[in-house]
Amino acid sequence: MRLESKIPEGRLEEKWRNYQANARLINPANKNKLQVIVIGTGLAGAGAAATLAELGYQVKCFCYQDTPRRAHSTAAQGGINAAKNYQHDGDSIWRMFYDTLKGGDFRSREANVYRLAEISGPLIDHFTQQGVPFAREYGGVLINRSFGGVQVQRTFYARGQTGQQLLLAAYSQLSKMIRAGKVDMYARHEMQDLVLIDGQARGIIARDLITGELKRFSANAVVLASGGYSRVFRLSTMAIGSNGSAIWKAHKRGAFFAAPSFVQIHPTALPQASQAQSKLTLMSESLRNDGRIWVPSKKRDERKANDIPEAERDYYLERRYPSFGNLAPRDIASRAAKERIDAGHGVGQLKNAVYLDFKHAIERFGIDVIKDRYGNLFSMYKKITGINAYEEPMKISPAAHFSMGGLWVDYELMTTIPGLYALGECNFSDHGANRLGANSLLQASIDGYFILPNTINSYLAEQLQQKDISTEHEAFVEAERGVAEHIDRILAVQGKRTADDFHRELGGIMWQECAMSRNRLGLEKAIEQIEQIRQGFWKEVRVTGGAHEMNTELDKAIRLIDFIELGLLMCTDALDREESCGAHFREEYQTEEGEALRKDEEYAFVSAWEYQDGQFRRHKEHLEFEYLQPTVRSYK
Amino acid sequence: MQLTFKIWRQDSPEAKGQLIAYEVDGLTEEMSFLEALDHLNELLVLKGEKVIAYEYDCREGICGQCGVFINGRAHGPHDHITTCQLHLRSFQDGDTVLVEPWRAESFPIIKDLIVDRTAFDRIITEGGYISAKTGTAPEANAILVGKEIADRAMDAAACIGCGACVATCKNASAALFTAAKINHLNALPQGAPEAHRRVLDMTQQMEAEGFGHCSFTGACEIECPQEISIANIAEMNARVLKAKLLG
Repeated sequence: MRLESKIPEGRLEEKWRNYQANARLINPANKNKLQVIVIGTGLAGAGAAATLAELGYQVKCFCYQDTPRRAHSTAAQGGINAAKNYQHDGDSIWRMFYDTLKGGDFRSREANVYRLAEISGPLIDHFTQQGVPFAREYGGVLINRSFGGVQVQRTFYARGQTGQQLLLAAYSQLSKMIRAGKVDMYARHEMQDLVLIDGQARGIIARDLITGELKRFSANAVVLASGGYSRVFRLSTMAIGSNGSAIWKAHKRGAFFAAPSFVQIHPTALPQASQAQSKLTLMSESLRNDGRIWVPSKKRDERKANDIPEAERDYYLERRYPSFGNLAPRDIASRAAKERIDAGHGVGQLKNAVYLDFKHAIERFGIDVIKDRYGNLFSMYKKITGINAYEEPMKISPAAHFSMGGLWVDYELMTTIPGLYALGECNFSDHGANRLGANSLLQASIDGYFILPNTINSYLAEQLQQKDISTEHEAFVEAERGVAEHIDRILAVQGKRTADDFHRELGGIMWQECAMSRNRLGLEKAIEQIEQIRQGFWKEVRVTGGAHEMNTELDKAIRLIDFIELGLLMCTDALDREESCGAHFREEYQTEEGEALRKDEEYAFVSAWEYQDGQFRRHKEHLEFEYLQPTVRSYK
Repeated sequence: MQLTFKIWRQDSPEAKGQLIAYEVDGLTEEMSFLEALDHLNELLVLKGEKVIAYEYDCREGICGQCGVFINGRAHGPHDHITTCQLHLRSFQDGDTVLVEPWRAESFPIIKDLIVDRTAFDRIITEGGYISAKTGTAPEANAILVGKEIADRAMDAAACIGCGACVATCKNASAALFTAAKINHLNALPQGAPEAHRRVLDMTQQMEAEGFGHCSFTGACEIECPQEISIANIAEMNARVLKAKLLG
């Protein structure tokens, strides 16, 4: 199968305009007759649901949480990028395009990345109008700050709660359309399978998490905006409920999965403190604007941080990457931390952390300025650790964070299944092999508010002749039966191990072999071990309670078995890509200085995996660089 | 570390509930309160018993989904935190910890420690938004907003919708939640055109949901994880009056 990316004609800066000029339109009266299912209510899902409803479509929107306002977009702290050039510091759409493509280590499409930068400005206008209380100067204009991997200030923020404020805006707009009767909201409902009729996405099977009842929903198109899959590592910055089941079920129904091994390890999370830990809390990257990262120069130094003199501190990011320093991109900062920790310079009880120090910033700007910029992050740090970071440095550590990989989509955000779209973190589109800070809220929002509502017409225009899709169709009956049998099979195992126990084992292997540093032997071993976990699950898992009641243990087990299978594909992809790029660092492919060694001649492609009866088959979408020639990424 | 959890178990909204005691060993001070419940649930699964149902999602204090009464206080013994941010270092070895769901008529129990907070969603649906379709916004810097006003809006907007304010209030009043939402939008110039209608519709819905009235005890602001000030309620009341006069 040839992957058709559908990139429009014209010069880079004309492509999106050309696309819109030639796109199909649907008359407002006809939009009422078309139905769209949206899975997820984060920035991508809620943005798409609200905007599609405003345009006139009938929307059915689903989330597993108790209300759409909980989606994990809410946890993004630092900000959202836009090429407004409000700071007059040389920013432009082109510069942002360049930074994002380079930050992603040249493993994404030029046309997509350019569009992301192009629409970033109008998106800030949109959120401001929706009432997002972005940080402002005394004169009333918007403020910006810097983020990793760039040398301009283009990040807009609302204290350390930017994601929450953008999500609340999206949720409020969604609420408006619920009131207007254009969106039917199904909270506490989780998608269990995708229903195809004649190869087209026609609906879903969802499980009501209160009653356990399986329900059928049909529509003219299905939009997945179900978020990232980093919980495959178990310990991650994701919400505990975040899962990969919606995209995994779609993958098993035929949607290609692109670059599954591209997962970002964030450099500044709170370190693991105990075996029982369920989650790693992120500390915003914005802290690296004013905080300096260091470790003791002496190995296994037992002194307290404040007792270690300046001369014996190794500010290793500033030393290795003098021009970007503490603002080096995430993949580089994480790997550098791992290198120091592995070399015996780690700090904290488990020697698994590095220091993030604000002493110099407080001396320079005064404590009030630092409080104004990061106050809620410092108080969050204190709540969790009991430590006052105004007086001693924070301890931070790398943690699994954002999944760049996801369902393969074309320029219209459609997957390889006609009528099935993927938005936001659950697709693979703009970030390549590494995402820049503050580009995640941006991509999710742009996909949902501005791209999909323009591109979905070209498919839906063909659907006007389609008669109402009956949920009595054999495809729905069969899909529902399949889900019910799957659940019964999980409940019937009645083994001796909990779902969490399997998840800890899976996470341990993934973290060891498929995180910041990977190699052939390790990945081959991981694939064998995960296969054993998969078989073990079906022999030994124990889930109590029944299928027809609220059962949080069953929810976990259903998500976990999909994570196990996804873990296999991630390791398979990492093994297949014999180069280092962005977050994917293969130990066999590095320079003498230990930097990533990309191999453009062989690997300038997006891997897109097809599922065939439990086997994975790799297809390629070749990446062509017309406007920016791939160069060695240097932040020195 | 060993703790005895006395936990409210209730199979369904209609069923009669009761407190059941669980003695749990093998805990450590570094564990969060919810991780201790996770641990207990694993023990229950291995014994073949049904797990305790409780809510959480982000586990970093921002999504607002977690929330239980712990030893008689919403979100536990400290001021201004969420349940997921509570750690076992706040308890002594051998303590008994009483765990109950939010108690309010407008938050009916679904199962064990999980309650239905959709009343909050319905308050938002009645006007907790600015009507501006995607694509209609003016240039962001075209409307200036002074830093003091933006900061005040942000203070109110920080509400995470957990419901601790309702749960802790002797009247089960949702005044702090509703006030925070109204004051966020009404403080901003973008929210001005719908300001009066918003405040009247949202407060009307708040009453229709059966939440009690505010009697200014101040309990809510102590438990609020985002430290939203009770002054917001006074501001909302002033806005209601103004809207009724000028409406």
